[in-house]
Amino acid sequence: MSNQPFYDILRRSYATSVPHVGELGIELTRIDGEAAEARLPCKPEFLGDVERQLIHTGVITTLIDSICGIALLAHIGKPTRIATLDLRVDYLRPSRPGKDLVCRAECYRLTEQIAFLRATVWQDDPAAPVASCLAAFMRTGRPGEKSERSGLQ
Amino acid sequence: MKMEEARRLAREQKDSAALLGLVPYAVYLGLHIDMADPAAPVLHLPFKKSLIGNSALPAIHGGVVASFMESAALMHLLLMLDEQRVPKSIDFSIDYLRSAHAEDSYASCAVERLGRRVAQVQIRCWQANPAKPVALARAHFLLAGDEPA
Repeated sequence: MSNQPFYDILRRSYATSVPHVGELGIELTRIDGEAAEARLPCKPEFLGDVERQLIHTGVITTLIDSICGIALLAHIGKPTRIATLDLRVDYLRPSRPGKDLVCRAECYRLTEQIAFLRATVWQDDPAAPVASCLAAFMRTGRPGEKSERSGLQ
Repeated sequence: MKMEEARRLAREQKDSAALLGLVPYAVYLGLHIDMADPAAPVLHLPFKKSLIGNSALPAIHGGVVASFMESAALMHLLLMLDEQRVPKSIDFSIDYLRSAHAEDSYASCAVERLGRRVAQVQIRCWQANPAKPVALARAHFLLAGDEPA
């Protein structure tokens, strides 16, 4: 846990430097070099289907993209610029309001320029995920470049 | 309001408020539907500060771009098909080509395959320059078909 100070910086700056995350209400619950986890309490405006009372899958995608980014920064272990190259999300079950969404993301392969991540989202039971995702990110910062543009300072 | 009535208003009077109201998250993002060409609606996401994902650039949150495009595909299906219920997302895949600046975004959709149960939709998102898309995406939706409402 030698990198705890950096994780603390990430945690503190997350909601303030990523306005949309504060707006949605995403709360980071775990952050270390192995994985990041977060909880998103559902709001009525997250519905995508009023009749069936289902949460819009776009909320889940946004949660995944955010937590993958945090998991990657924590995995790299220092401020850097990253960008999502692609995401593919499978919606395994409908998700319902009244229960939080929980997301866990991890980087399972990191190269000089590219990172591969996977993420799952569940409500009650981690063994019954509502979504799973594979994503590729690019490390866009150049060696020696100042890191302010990562947006997480 | 019934979906049929909401769709009629959108198609005939170019008033899509009721149709968007069936998808609260689309309203939350602030989506508009431009029905100038009824055969090719353009989804419009006006910029607002709460959509920012990187305050240093600044850039719109990548997740917002994705959920805008997902919402665009859903609204496109509600407009163009005669579904009685909101289609369910099966999967969604997005390629980010450029960062989305702090400005308005637009999306257009094409249903490339429409089966009895599944629709495949291609989505293109751009900002000031339509020739330089911000992202391309595709999605599968499960249609309600004959399922009783």
